[in-house]
Amino acid sequence: MKVKFIAHDGAETEIEVAEGESMMRAAVLNNIDGVIGECGGSMMCATCHCYVDDAWAGLTGSQNEGEPDLLDCAASEVKSTSRLSCQIKMRPELDGLVIHLPEAQR
Amino acid sequence: MQRIVIIGSGQGGLQMAASLRQEKFEGSIVLIGEEPGLPYQRPPLSKAYMEDGNGAALALRSGSFFERSEITLLDGRRAVAIDRKAQEIALDDGRRTSYDHLILATGARNFLPPIPGITARGVMSLRTLTDAERLRSAIARASHAVVVGGGFIGLEFAAMARKSGLPVTVVEAAERLMARAVSPAMSRAFLEKHRAMGSNVRLNALAGAVLTDVEGRARGVSLADGTAIAGDLILIATGVRPNVELAAEAGLENANGIAVDGLLRTSDPAVSALGDVCSFPLGGVRVRLESVQAAVDHARHIAKVLVKGETAHYNALPWFWSDQADWKLQIAGLALDADEELAVSRESGAPLVLRFGAGRLLSAETVNDAGSHMAARNLIGTSKSLLESNNYNLRAVLKALKEASAVVA
Repeated sequence: MKVKFIAHDGAETEIEVAEGESMMRAAVLNNIDGVIGECGGSMMCATCHCYVDDAWAGLTGSQNEGEPDLLDCAASEVKSTSRLSCQIKMRPELDGLVIHLPEAQR
Repeated sequence: MQRIVIIGSGQGGLQMAASLRQEKFEGSIVLIGEEPGLPYQRPPLSKAYMEDGNGAALALRSGSFFERSEITLLDGRRAVAIDRKAQEIALDDGRRTSYDHLILATGARNFLPPIPGITARGVMSLRTLTDAERLRSAIARASHAVVVGGGFIGLEFAAMARKSGLPVTVVEAAERLMARAVSPAMSRAFLEKHRAMGSNVRLNALAGAVLTDVEGRARGVSLADGTAIAGDLILIATGVRPNVELAAEAGLENANGIAVDGLLRTSDPAVSALGDVCSFPLGGVRVRLESVQAAVDHARHIAKVLVKGETAHYNALPWFWSDQADWKLQIAGLALDADEELAVSRESGAPLVLRFGAGRLLSAETVNDAGSHMAARNLIGTSKSLLESNNYNLRAVLKALKEASAVVA
């Protein structure tokens, strides 16, 4: 399954993501610069902030419990499509997902 | 600069290699690690890994990352000597490799107290994935665990073992838990938590020996006061020692860790050091921190110094975390000079402890409250009176400050 990450400067990277893998892990494993994931997905740091592409926002679902608290402290602007990418897990319906990355994570 | 060699492939060493490429370093990078396989995250070993046993989920980067980024990973290899004059290091297979700049990310090793029986079967420690695999299978067979050392690792393990139904005794030499890392008030909150989970926690209890049976298997721990505690799985979690030997033998300065300056350079400007192994200046004192945050932030700073000519001194705010059962403890800041401690009572009941020095916030300890932790990271140095006027609601203070600065702007 594929996911496209679009960096703040417009650079696009498409990567293969296995089912169950989080978008944060997938991005970090593939060295996508715009995602840090400092706490390893423990919902403790807000350095994996991303914007789900408008066309996909309905499928990825709403923010999980605790996510808004962390996003409050994100380094970049928080929008209605903001998510912590560690909280979005790959599943078949998300094949082709497009994720935009913020200007800064910390 | 053509060739950078990194000794140590833990999270700091790996981040060093990745950050060099992110800063567009175009020369060659060699990453040398003692453990075989891909670099992995250690924090989950005492947490999620104990539950799910999924080692593959711990990899920090995929194998293809090293090829694509042209990083030579020499795994399962140990550096045995540094020849600073020739700018070469010797490996345990007899090879030598040259460097223009060398980065020491050799980390720390577990400290095992020199007590009788410490090498008995059933005595374990936890640092590597191999340790974690052994420990995990031992939990399944054990009938009673004794944890020597009530710090992060010991308590994280105790919580996991209790969850799997194993009886646990924690033996701590100090008068309180996690004494190096948290305030007395937070130690008390965690003591109650662990006792409520059913762990038998003994404070002021110094382990004198591991008791063994005739076949040399661990059967318990005897305390200095003569008390014997039965157990067939003994976890030694009594802290670590920095791996300074390679640097010391090469004549580099040492001060409770490899001594580095504000640019994280050792006494030899062609050699830097990062993470658990180095002691560095921070806010006027020299510290050595054992944390992912320090290792990763050091690596990023060194990459900027080497590639971009950064001249600002390292100044990242320290933060730590520990998962114990359903409690996520987070600490923002360092409270080395604290002269005041305040346990804030809140409606949610979640412990919050603020530590102050000369009337300014030095650190904040939160439980299951990442929002307040994140706010605290921006509020270190804030006056106590400002926090007090907001009833110590850190998020409200930060919000007010942000709104005020927006008005000024």
